[in-house]
Parts: sequence; C-alpha cells; structure tokens
Amino acid sequence: MFEDVTKFYPGQSRPALRNINLEIAKGEFVFLVGQSGSGKSTFLRLILREYRPTKGTLYVAGKNLGTLNQWKVPALRRQIGTVFQDFRLLPGKTVYENVAFALQVIGKPTKEIRQVVPETLETVGLTGKEDRLNEELSGGEQQRVAIARAFVNRPQILIADEPTGNLDPETSVGIMKLLDRINRTGTTVIMATHDSSIVDQMRRRVLELRDGELVRDQSKGVYGA
Amino acid sequence: MRHTLRETWSGLRRNLAMTVAVVVTMAVSLSLFGLGLLTSMEVDLVKGRWYDKIEISVFLCIKTTTGGMCEDGKGATDAQRDAIQAALQGNPEVAQVFYESKEAAFEEFQRVFKDSPILGSRTADEMQDSFRVKLINPENYQGVVSEASGLQGVQNVQDLQSLFEPLFKWLNGLQWATIGMSVLLLLAAGLQIANTIRMAAFTRRREIGIMRLVGASNLYILLPFLLESLVAGLIGVLVSGITVAAGYLFIIERNAKTSIRTLPWIDWTHVTTAILAMAAVGIALAIIPTLLATRKYLRI
Repeated sequence: MFEDVTKFYPGQSRPALRNINLEIAKGEFVFLVGQSGSGKSTFLRLILREYRPTKGTLYVAGKNLGTLNQWKVPALRRQIGTVFQDFRLLPGKTVYENVAFALQVIGKPTKEIRQVVPETLETVGLTGKEDRLNEELSGGEQQRVAIARAFVNRPQILIADEPTGNLDPETSVGIMKLLDRINRTGTTVIMATHDSSIVDQMRRRVLELRDGELVRDQSKGVYGA
Repeated sequence: MRHTLRETWSGLRRNLAMTVAVVVTMAVSLSLFGLGLLTSMEVDLVKGRWYDKIEISVFLCIKTTTGGMCEDGKGATDAQRDAIQAALQGNPEVAQVFYESKEAAFEEFQRVFKDSPILGSRTADEMQDSFRVKLINPENYQGVVSEASGLQGVQNVQDLQSLFEPLFKWLNGLQWATIGMSVLLLLAAGLQIANTIRMAAFTRRREIGIMRLVGASNLYILLPFLLESLVAGLIGVLVSGITVAAGYLFIIERNAKTSIRTLPWIDWTHVTTAILAMAAVGIALAIIPTLLATRKYLRI
C-alpha cells in the first residue's frame, strides 16, 4: 500500500511522514499508534486522498493515488468508510436519516436505502432507535450511528480515527466488538488510537509512528513495545 | 434528485431576505442593461437611416451671390468648377461626387414646389450649380467641408451632419451612461450572489464535509447552490424582461411610433434580442459567482 511515502506540509521543514514503507492486506485489522503529532492523522488522510504524498507512491484499493484523476476521488471514497472521535453526525436529523444520508448523496435509489439502512442499524445494534434524534443518544450510541453511516455502503476499508477517544472504557469495548465484527465481514479496518488497553486486548497488527517515522510493525502486537 | 430539490428549496427559504435582495438587484440592473442595449440599437438605426441621406452640398457662386469665396458680381468660371470637382474627387474621404447644374436644380425646384405660389419667384439663372458629395464615413465630414469652403468659386458648403451631431452626442452619452450604470449594478448583483452562496455553504459546511467524505460527486454537492442562485437569477431575468417589454410597448410601440413618425424605431425583434442578451448575462451572473464562492468547499 505505502511505497516509500514522504509527506511534507507546506512551510514546514520537518516531514509529517518520512519514508513509510508498508503493506496492509485486504481484510486485515491494523492499529495505528503513536503520540499526538506523530503522523497518524496524516497517514489516514493520505489514504483518503485528502492530501497527496510529497514523494513516493501510495496504492489504495488497487489504485495509485498519485495518478488518480481528480474526478475519480469520490469513487475512491465510496470504498472507504470513515469514523471520527467526534462522531460528525448531522444535528436535527434522526438516526435513520443520518445513515441514509450517506447513500442518498451518492445517488442510491430510495428502495435500496429502505432495505440497507435497517440492516446496517441492526448490525450496529441500534434497531428500535431509528427515529431518535442523535442529540438524544449517548456517546456510544452516537458512535454506532457514525459506524453505521461509514459501513452502510459496504466499503472495502474502514478508517477509524480514535473512535473510542470520547467514550468510557466499557462503551469502548462495545465499539471494539462492533469493529471486530465488521472486520470479520472482510472489511479492512485501520484504527488510530491512544487507548493502550484496547490494543493490548485485541492483539492485532500494530504500526507505531514516532515523529513521522514507522518505528514498529508488529503482528499481534501490544501498545507499548 | 429529491434530496437536491429539497436542499435547494430549504436554501431559498432560509435566505429569503437575501434571495429577494438578489432578485431585486438583478432585475433592476438587467433592466438598465436592456435599456442601454435598446438605446444603442435605436441610435444605430437612426444613424443608419440618416447617414444614407446625409451628403455635403457644395454651392457654387453665381452673379447675384455674395460671401464665401465669391468675387462680387461674378459667377464661378468653368475652370474653377473643374478645379472644385477635381479637388473633391481627390479627397480620400469622398465616396462619390454628383454635379447638379442650375438647370437640373431648377427642374427639381419646380417639381417640389409645383403647387406652391413661390414657384414663379425664381428663374433658372437664380439657381446655383452645386456638387453633391457622398462620404465614405459620414462621421468624418469636417475635413471635406473645410477643404471645399476654401476653394475659389464656392459660395457655401452645407452639411447635414453638423446639424445632427449634437443629437447623436447626446444619444451616445445616454447609451454609455445606462450601460455604465448597469455594469456597476450587475457587479453588485454578482457580489451579492457570491455572498449569499458563501453564507449558505458555510451554514451547511458539516453536511458538505460528510458528503465529500462518503464520496458524493462535486456536481451533486454543488447542485443545490447552483439551483438556488439560478432560481434567483431567472426570477430577476423574468422581472427585467417584463419591465423592458412593457416599457417598449407603452413608450415606443403605443406612443413614440405614432407621434414621431419621421424617425425609424426599434421593433420587437430588437426587444427580443435585448431580452436574450439580458437572460445570458443574468444566467452567467448567477453561475459564475456561485462557482467561485463554493470552490473552497469543493476542493478535494
């Protein structure tokens, strides 16, 4: 996936990522760990093609992002689901509407939406709460809505940027179980996190970044080496 | 598609005051623009009609004439006449020179005034020989007039152009004033649209962010904004089109055409052309600021 990727931000002499070489296989579950400012977010945003690498080549879902046409970026993003620490749900809309929104705006027919959204809500365990406004939900439930929105289009890759950052440990376990279940459907999951207990419990591949460099790539790893 | 239309509608409602402001500015500025176009069409029409007829008349001296380059009591000699003709034909501004003898002028006089008592007041000898000069460009008459008035045997040079010039100057001024004002107002309308759309995009930046994240196409994201400004723009075009058409109908068609028949007047084809031009400007003015205002939110 990453071939010798370096990313400089304009006006900064130190690269945000330096000479990253790695490959993430389809269906893998990968933790991305490291301190704030170590380059985790840059790593994720490069995959989303929000930025282009300054140097090196990057393949996502079989496509070279360096040569990918501008207008093909939306098609790429339809194969990637994204979840954030702050949920990023639409206020004033119900759970159902928030999830359906992701399908509406890529032009899916209403019939398909009516079928897929309840299925996905069932997967994330929110059946019966379709008509609740997301402001009425707990943090854990809101994150489930966000995961449902990311997963409703059955993406190949799910990116989670500190999905448990705003949640208490118990709720976090539930979210991790959900991500694990999604991973078992064949979806690649890439999760950036600070939460050492989660990483230690899950025993999955761990990538550690420090000052923009990949310092550890360990299968079945733990948070601190 | 339903989502797009719903978003457009809610955008228009949310910014109702701004939308009304855009429509009003648009309507007024486009009306002025149309007025300017019609004025300039009218001026062209009048110019075209009159320039066809405008010629310079160079009257030669006869025994009874005084003034000009005449010698008292003597008419222009044949040599002088030939020299004048040669000089006129040699001038690069001149297209054609006709000679009208006093006999021909007398016949014309008799024809024009055949039912009038002044018919008997003149004899052929009292008429003047003259040259009628057509110019290549009727607006450059001054060189020819001053050259002809300086020739020996020329009594007087008459040109219609100097008569019309003040009128044309005034009409030209009017035309540029309306177009200038409309351009300023159109600029204001464009900025207003850009501002409205920028605000609308800002209030919906969360939605836009999510749309981009889940892979909505740029066109899909842009469409509600584009439709919003297009609706405002088209209403403006409609109002200004009706204003211009009504103005034409009541001021020119029903009034001026019957009371001032000597002038050529613009007709409905000119009005249609002007309204089409207004529509094109109105649509461009809706689309371009919208594209510029939303560019920041669509950058991938």
